[in-house]
Amino acid sequence: MQRSTGLLLATVLTTGLGLSATACGASEPATPAPGGAAPVTITVACRPARSAPKERRAWDDDVAAFMRAHPGVTVKSTDQQPCFDPKTFGPKLAGGQMETAFVVPVTTYDDVIGKGQALDITQHVGLIKNWNDLRPDVRELVTKDGRVYGVPNVHYGVGLVYNRKLFTQAGLNPDTPPTTWAEIREAAKRIAALGPGHVGYGEYSGGNTGGWHFTQALYGRGGSVVTDDGKKAAFNSPEGRAVLQTLHDMRWTDDSMGSRLLVGWESLMMAMGGGKVGMMLGAPDVVTDVVNKFKGNVADYGITGFPEARASLSGGEAFMINPKATPEQAKAALQWLDFRYNTVGKGRFDFARGKTLGNPVGVPDNDVYGDSPTGKAIQAGREENATLPVQNYAPYVRAAAAVPPKAEPPHAQELYAILDVVMSGVLSRRDADPGKLLADAEAKADALLAAKG
Amino acid sequence: MGVLKRNLTAYGFLCAALACFAVFAWYPMVREFVLSFQHTNLIDPPTWAGLDNFTAVVRDPAFGTAWLNTVQFTVLALICGYAVPFVTALVLNELRHARGYLRFVVYLPVMLPPIVAVLLFRWFYDPGPGLFNQILDFFHLPALAWLDSSSTALVSLVIVSTWMNMGSATLIYLAALQNIPPELYEAAELDGAGILARIRHVTIPQTRLILLLMLMLQIVATMQVFIEPYMLTGGGPENSTVTVAYLMYQFAFTYGDGYGQAGALGLMLMLALLLFAAFQLRLTREDKA
Repeated sequence: MQRSTGLLLATVLTTGLGLSATACGASEPATPAPGGAAPVTITVACRPARSAPKERRAWDDDVAAFMRAHPGVTVKSTDQQPCFDPKTFGPKLAGGQMETAFVVPVTTYDDVIGKGQALDITQHVGLIKNWNDLRPDVRELVTKDGRVYGVPNVHYGVGLVYNRKLFTQAGLNPDTPPTTWAEIREAAKRIAALGPGHVGYGEYSGGNTGGWHFTQALYGRGGSVVTDDGKKAAFNSPEGRAVLQTLHDMRWTDDSMGSRLLVGWESLMMAMGGGKVGMMLGAPDVVTDVVNKFKGNVADYGITGFPEARASLSGGEAFMINPKATPEQAKAALQWLDFRYNTVGKGRFDFARGKTLGNPVGVPDNDVYGDSPTGKAIQAGREENATLPVQNYAPYVRAAAAVPPKAEPPHAQELYAILDVVMSGVLSRRDADPGKLLADAEAKADALLAAKG
Repeated sequence: MGVLKRNLTAYGFLCAALACFAVFAWYPMVREFVLSFQHTNLIDPPTWAGLDNFTAVVRDPAFGTAWLNTVQFTVLALICGYAVPFVTALVLNELRHARGYLRFVVYLPVMLPPIVAVLLFRWFYDPGPGLFNQILDFFHLPALAWLDSSSTALVSLVIVSTWMNMGSATLIYLAALQNIPPELYEAAELDGAGILARIRHVTIPQTRLILLLMLMLQIVATMQVFIEPYMLTGGGPENSTVTVAYLMYQFAFTYGDGYGQAGALGLMLMLALLLFAAFQLRLTREDKA
C-alpha cells in the first residue's frame, strides 16, 4: 500500500487551529525597571543554530551587551532555522507566535505589508542611526504610500558564480570569466569535456526554482514576465525564446549541462559543492551556502557580473515589526536591529570577531548600504578581516553596481510554477520546441492572471 | 446497567481513543470542510468565499494534469502493487525452507523511513553512476533517463512506491493464504488440478474478500501519493508527476494564501475516494450475498 498523505492533510488542516488561538504578541508581564522606565521584553528571530556554537555564543554575547546598554529591555531569541520559513510564516503569525522583530524576504514584502502584518515604523526609523545611508531603492521596497514598514537587512543582485579550479583545469583563465552568453556556452563546453560527471553550466528545473531562474535570465536579457499593468504574460518574447534556446542548445547540442535534471535549490547546491559544476546564475550568497552547507572548497569559487545584463532580479530581506507590538516593544526592537544589524564594526558587521570564529568573511553578499559612507566602512572592514580570497569576487562588485534592480512579477510563485514546466521541457526533451513551450505557458499564465484579477 | 458496569474499564479506554480521534482526525476534517469555503490567510478573520476556492482550483493550469497523473499513478501502482505482492505471497506460502528469512527480507523496506527509501532510489535512478543504469549497461542496454524524462518519471515513481509498500501487502496476503483449509487443495489435487487451476479455483475464491479490501485500500492510498513526487521530481519534468496531493501542497505552502484552495482540493479528493469506498462496500455486500 501507498503511505497516505494523512500527515500532509493534517498539517494543512490543523493550521486552521491557529485561527482560534488568541494572538498574544510577544510581551511579558511588566516588572519595575531601573530608572523608573517601564520594562519591556522583545522576541527576536535568527539566533544561530546549536550546530554553530561559536556563532551562537557571539549572538548571545550581543544580546547580553545590548541588554546592558538598554536597561529594562529583555531580549528573547528564537532558534528557528532558517529565520524565514514560508511554510510556518502564516500559522506563526496567526497563532501569535511571531517574534517582535521578524525576517521577511523581498519576495514577500508586498504581501506582508499589504495585509497589515507589519507595523508602520515611519516615526521610528531615526532609531536606525545609518538609515539615510541605506540604498534608496532598497528602502523604497519596504515603503508603501510614503509609510515605512521594514528595515532592509540584505540586498543583492544576480551574478555568474563559477568554479575557478574547473576553469583552470579546462584551460580557461579564471581571472577573465565570461562576459557574454556566447562565452558562457564555450566555457561550458570546455568544462563538460573534462570528463564524466562534469557539468559546464548548471540550471534549475523544478520546485519553482526553474521559473525563478528563467525570470533571472529573462530580466538579464531585458525581458519581462508580465506586461507593465500586470494583466498579461510577457515572457513569450524574443528574450524569452533566447533564454530557452540557449539552454536547449547547451543541453542537447553542446551536451554541456549534464544528463541529470537539477530539480531544486538543494540539488544544484550539492552539485556545486561537489566541485564538478562550472557555472550557474546566482548571487554571492551561493558561494557562502556552497562552502558552509555543501562542503565546497572556498578557494575554488568566484563570482563575476551578470553577463550582458540589462536588469537584475533583486533579492534580499528586511526585518519587520510585529503589528501587535506595543510602542515600547517596537522601539526596543528597532534599537536591537540598529545594534545587531546596522552598526559598523558591531554585531553582524563585527568582521574581526567573525575572523576569530573562523567564519567565511569576505563574500560581498550584502549591498544594502551601497556606496554610502556606511557601505564603504563596512566594505573596508570586510576586506581587512577577509578569510576568503576577496579578489575572486571583485568582478561581481564592479559589475553589479551598474545593473538596475528589477522586482519580481506579481503572483510570482504561481508564475514560477508555470515556468518550471518550460525549463524542465527544454532540459529534459531533445525535441522540445521553446516557442511552443512558451506559448503554452503564456496561455496558462494569462488564465491565471485573469483569474487573480 | 450491570452490563455497563462490567464494561466500564473498556468504555474508559474507548473514550480515550475516541477523544484522540476527535481531536486529531475529526476536528481537522471538519475544519478542512469549513476552510474550503473560506478566504483566509490565517491572520485576518476569514471571510466566506462560497465556491470561489473550488473555481480557482479547477481553473489552475495544473488541475487537469494532476488528476490525470494521479489516476495514471493509481492504475500503474495497482498493476504493480497488487499483483507483485500477491504473487510474492503465493511463492512464500509454497516455500518449505527459509520462509521466515524471506518474509523478513520482503518486509524490510517497510521498516525504512519513507524519506530514506526515496533518497535511496534517487541514487538508484541517477542517470550517471546510478545502480539501475549500471545494471542496464551490464546487459548492454541503453541507459534510461528515469526521473529526468516526462515519459519515464511517473513509472519510476510507481517503482519506488511499490518497493516501499509491498512488504505490508505481502504479509496480509500471506496471512489470508495460510487460512485456506489445506483439505481444499488436497481435494483439488485429487481431482487432477494443476497449480494454475488450484490458484484459480481455490486460492482466489478463498481470498476474494481480502483481495477486494486490499484493492480498495490501495486505491485510497495511492491516490494520495505525495512523498515520491515531492522528494524526487518536484512535480516535473513538465508537470508529468504533479499529483493531486502535491498540488494541494503547492496551494497551501507555495502559492500565497492558498489554504482555502488546498482545502477545496482536499475535499474533492476525499469525495473521489468516498466514491471508491462506496463502490467497494457494494461489491463486498454483493459478495457476501
